[in-house]
Amino acid sequence: MAILGSINPLLTVGLDGDNAWRLADYVKRGGYTALRGILAEKVPPGVVVDKVKKSVLRGRGGAGFPTGLKWSFMPNYLPVEKYVVCNSDEGEPGTFKDRDILRFNPHAVIEGMVIAGYAVGASRGYNYIHGEIWEVYKRFEEALDEARAAGLIGKDIQGSGFDFELFAHHGYGAYICGEESALLNSIEGKKGQPRFKPPFPASFGLYGKPTTINNTETFASVPFVLNIGPEAYLEAGKPNNGGTKLFSVSGHVNRPGNYEVPLGTPFSTLLEMAGGVRGGRQLKACIPGGSSAPVLPAQVVMDCTMDYDSISKAGSMLGSGAVIVMDETTCMVKALERLSYFYYEESCGQCTPCREGTNWLYQIIHRIEHGLGRPDDLDLLRSVTTNIMGRTICALGDAASMPVQSFIKHFQDEFAYHIEHKKCLVPPEIQRAGSGFFKATF
Amino acid sequence: MLDIEIDGKQVQVPAGSTIMEAAQASGTYIPHFCYHKKLSIAANCRMCMVQVEKAPKPLPACATPVTNGMKVFTHSELAIKAQKGVMEFLLINHPLDCPICDQGGECQLQDLSVGYGGGSSRYGEAKRVVFQKHVGPLISMQEMSRCIHCTRCVRFGQEIAGVMELGMAGRNMHSEIQTFVGRTIDSELSGNMIDLCPVGALTSKPFRYSARSWELSRRKSVSPHDSFGTNLTVQVKNNRVMRVLPRENEEINECWISDKDRFSYEALNSSNRLLKPMVRVDGALREVEWNVALDYVAHGLRDIVKNHGGDSIAALASPRSTLEELFLLQKLVRGSGSDNIDFRPRRRDYSSDGKLAGIPWLGMRIADIRNLESVLVVGSFLRKDHPLFSQRLRQLAKVPGNKISLLSVAGDDPLINLHQHVSVAPGELPLSIAAVLKAFVQISGLTTSVDLSDVEVSEGCRAIAESFLGSGPKAIFLGNVSEQVSCAGQLHALAQELARLSDASFGFIGEASNSVGGYLAKAVPDRGKGHNAYEMFAQPRKAYILMGIEPEFDCIDPQMAVGALKKAELVVALSTFKSNEADMYADVLLPVAPFTETSGTYVSAEGRVQSVSGVCHPAGECRPGWKVLRVLGNLLDLPGFDYESSEQVKNELLPEGSVFLEGLSNDVALDIVPLSVSRQGLERIADVPIYFADALVRNAESLQKTRDASAPVARLNPATLKDLGLAANDPVRIIQGEGSVVLNAVADDTVPRSSVRVAAAHASTAALGEMFGTISVERA
Repeated sequence: MAILGSINPLLTVGLDGDNAWRLADYVKRGGYTALRGILAEKVPPGVVVDKVKKSVLRGRGGAGFPTGLKWSFMPNYLPVEKYVVCNSDEGEPGTFKDRDILRFNPHAVIEGMVIAGYAVGASRGYNYIHGEIWEVYKRFEEALDEARAAGLIGKDIQGSGFDFELFAHHGYGAYICGEESALLNSIEGKKGQPRFKPPFPASFGLYGKPTTINNTETFASVPFVLNIGPEAYLEAGKPNNGGTKLFSVSGHVNRPGNYEVPLGTPFSTLLEMAGGVRGGRQLKACIPGGSSAPVLPAQVVMDCTMDYDSISKAGSMLGSGAVIVMDETTCMVKALERLSYFYYEESCGQCTPCREGTNWLYQIIHRIEHGLGRPDDLDLLRSVTTNIMGRTICALGDAASMPVQSFIKHFQDEFAYHIEHKKCLVPPEIQRAGSGFFKATF
Repeated sequence: MLDIEIDGKQVQVPAGSTIMEAAQASGTYIPHFCYHKKLSIAANCRMCMVQVEKAPKPLPACATPVTNGMKVFTHSELAIKAQKGVMEFLLINHPLDCPICDQGGECQLQDLSVGYGGGSSRYGEAKRVVFQKHVGPLISMQEMSRCIHCTRCVRFGQEIAGVMELGMAGRNMHSEIQTFVGRTIDSELSGNMIDLCPVGALTSKPFRYSARSWELSRRKSVSPHDSFGTNLTVQVKNNRVMRVLPRENEEINECWISDKDRFSYEALNSSNRLLKPMVRVDGALREVEWNVALDYVAHGLRDIVKNHGGDSIAALASPRSTLEELFLLQKLVRGSGSDNIDFRPRRRDYSSDGKLAGIPWLGMRIADIRNLESVLVVGSFLRKDHPLFSQRLRQLAKVPGNKISLLSVAGDDPLINLHQHVSVAPGELPLSIAAVLKAFVQISGLTTSVDLSDVEVSEGCRAIAESFLGSGPKAIFLGNVSEQVSCAGQLHALAQELARLSDASFGFIGEASNSVGGYLAKAVPDRGKGHNAYEMFAQPRKAYILMGIEPEFDCIDPQMAVGALKKAELVVALSTFKSNEADMYADVLLPVAPFTETSGTYVSAEGRVQSVSGVCHPAGECRPGWKVLRVLGNLLDLPGFDYESSEQVKNELLPEGSVFLEGLSNDVALDIVPLSVSRQGLERIADVPIYFADALVRNAESLQKTRDASAPVARLNPATLKDLGLAANDPVRIIQGEGSVVLNAVADDTVPRSSVRVAAAHASTAALGEMFGTISVERA
């Protein structure tokens, strides 16, 4: 099943059934009407961009940058090849929404990309799908074949004279390739390492040409923005946070999975939809936007609504909408150790603070977790994170630092206890009780 | 121009500059590791973080373009904190092995850690260990744990050397600089990576653990190898050359030198040095005192002149000799009544002699190469003959719209983004230039008096002609092959005609450090009077004086040269090295000092006059060549041999303070004979492998272990192999004249048909004849 629950959904309507992903089903749901309308009426590209701007569709990949604004940066007037790139390199721990969009509604992505291509004057697009979801990549290729056969991509689309060719490209599983400039390098066949910005992709992107990069969900939302109109789309969410969003709820909930809800939905509602905290336990903390977003303690997150502004006000980020729920059985030191390991492992190794710093962070936390913490370790952690943050080429350094800072900030007592007593504040038997893995082996 | 402020100091910089460039212009130092002015910007070390007004975060100075009114603070609290933070990160995994590190004392990390590092480390975990890599005889990658991942070496390979031999594999802190699995670093510019490495990760294998940088005195010198006039810093300890580094000169070598320039110093300290004069006594060479040897030479020459006339003496010098040596040698020979003097041993065709309007040269300044838009190089093994000249062309080819073409005898990849690469058999070179000329005439509508009616124009030649139609600066460069082939004069005349019509500059890249200087020194026979370097062996003389030359390797036809020498009554070799061949033909060996042990002058291809002083005292009983010749002149009672210093010799030739030579001209008054192909049999293509080009590199131990120094094979086009009924990898007998050698046949489709590529200047092919003569191949 594509989706476990939703409130006023757009993207995930009617996705039940084995053939929901096929072109015929998508067309039956009203698919490709937005594209056909634009091409038939020869809507000026600027108008399309304005509509997307008006809808306040914000980037669904993590940064929440307004999509219409991003499109308007493209130098439409330049008579050079331009590119539209879709970032489906969904590698952030906790995020699994793009996979399901590509699996159950690939044509929405294709339609969104073609519209984007039309709006920014590009004639070529790439969808970079991460290598671990091979079946999804294959299915997307099939969907592309369908669209090509139906004359929805390729030369002279629907007799409009507009050419747009679209390709799928699969990565090999490096987290860093989700960073847009590393992704471009990867498509070009180079090592996936971020580029120094500026120049930004809108002026120097794929193969040095102007490029627009958006997240899968962003592209998939575009047809719906145009179908229901930008005003309606904006109203579907809340001011400055247009539309609905997919949230990947994982962790200690009864029904982990994807949920589509309007932006601005209270966190408590989302938690309820996911069946509440597993075993009726107390909520301890929640990472609201994927592993690189700062963690929020229960009392803070319960007062939040799920939108960019509210979460940011609470001191975290909506990010990619990966909601990681942790209950009272969680040892926060252990949780951070795992997160830090991820960032240490996935640092590309290009720039110094991230290459050396992520390793250092992991080693300190690993030491604390294993009873070898030192009294000044927390100060050291804070110092190392401030030395990483804002000093790196891309945002991975920040992404690795923010969890560390927020974990220490909100759960300092647990870390201090670990260092002092060489063991967890949460007793092992309680941790075991909360762990599905341990339960199975009991 | 933009006005910005750096640390309160007003600076004006051109638009598009980075903060780093602006800071350097204003004399402000910003610490950095990955930034290098000649390489692309990586911004990965993060050491150059500075504070910029209104920017919330510190910014990397190397990658941030300046904007008008920008205020930069390189020493503010924010900047210093960022720089110190980065330094701490760089040091946590860097081994604390400075006391045993070869880079110690000249290490950027060590230097900057004094200013930005802490007294003790907060890092208490285990340090990273990186395994050593084996990448060849020149660069040591033994201590890769020291690497700070600045990727200068990687970018150097990609951008300057033109080949990415090093890359950073893996990710996170375990990413490692390495070659592609199992490969070695073979670029002819590879040594520069050692200089670029800011830490002790890449070190010089020959130099390792032999001296500390502060023990070395740095002395200026100039490369005696190719014609580029590369500036060197020679580092000396205890009167011994320990290593050679580039001396930056933006107008010549920029900050690079080739591996040949860098590592050939090993020969200076080799056991093969000739340290005492030797005279043949009872059939064997014996060590004698200088006065004995010189008396022997003086008497010998006198007797031969008396008995056979002055014309029976000939002298051949290496084009790598100093201007002073060349001048004194010709003075000595002419004083003895002979005009048989030459310094162009690898030349075959002398038809332009006496028809030149001036001294042939590059035709332009080296620094002006960067302004060219279209270039045609004729007859050159670019990378191996002229590593740094090729590097200039490589950078030139990167500019969009620029067109560099190569018309040569081999398909060797020059690692330049070429517009056209045409390779033909040596005998067809004139026809190919004629084809370019014909296409040019056809397209441009200009007229030429050259009869081109029989010339066929190939696609490639037409495309080359098209690239010469524009109005931008253009140049035609004739490489070593163009001077060595038997149609050199015709090539010269044809290039002149093409240059005239297309308004291009043209000139010779020149084989050696004094290829221009030799003409100035008059070390060439006067037209019609003396014998040139070919004739003096073709019509054997009674006595020969060889200076800095090993005819078995350095002559166009070693077979003939050695044959003539063996028959001569007296052969005097002024040499730096012992050699087995010289044992066979030389009667006197006089040990002369190499470039580091003598003062002297080199005139490079662009006509630049560069005088050097010796950087250390002559080894053993070695003496500077000019002194030896001066004393010989005295012993022969020749007038005008009273020089007290090499400057006096130079001053006789050049006005004091000359920077560039006067009287340079490539104009030649030579008729172009009707063009046709007349070929019988197979033609030999002989490259001079880069590490066999002169006696110095031939005696440099580490260079001799490189891939470029591997033993020659016989390269044939697969079609030619088939025609001859041979298979690849078969041993084949190569025959030229009376000599033959057995080599392995290698199929190589870049070799033109009906040609065999067999390298010259190697012991295994010294028995062969002319470098571009006819050759036959049969099953061994």
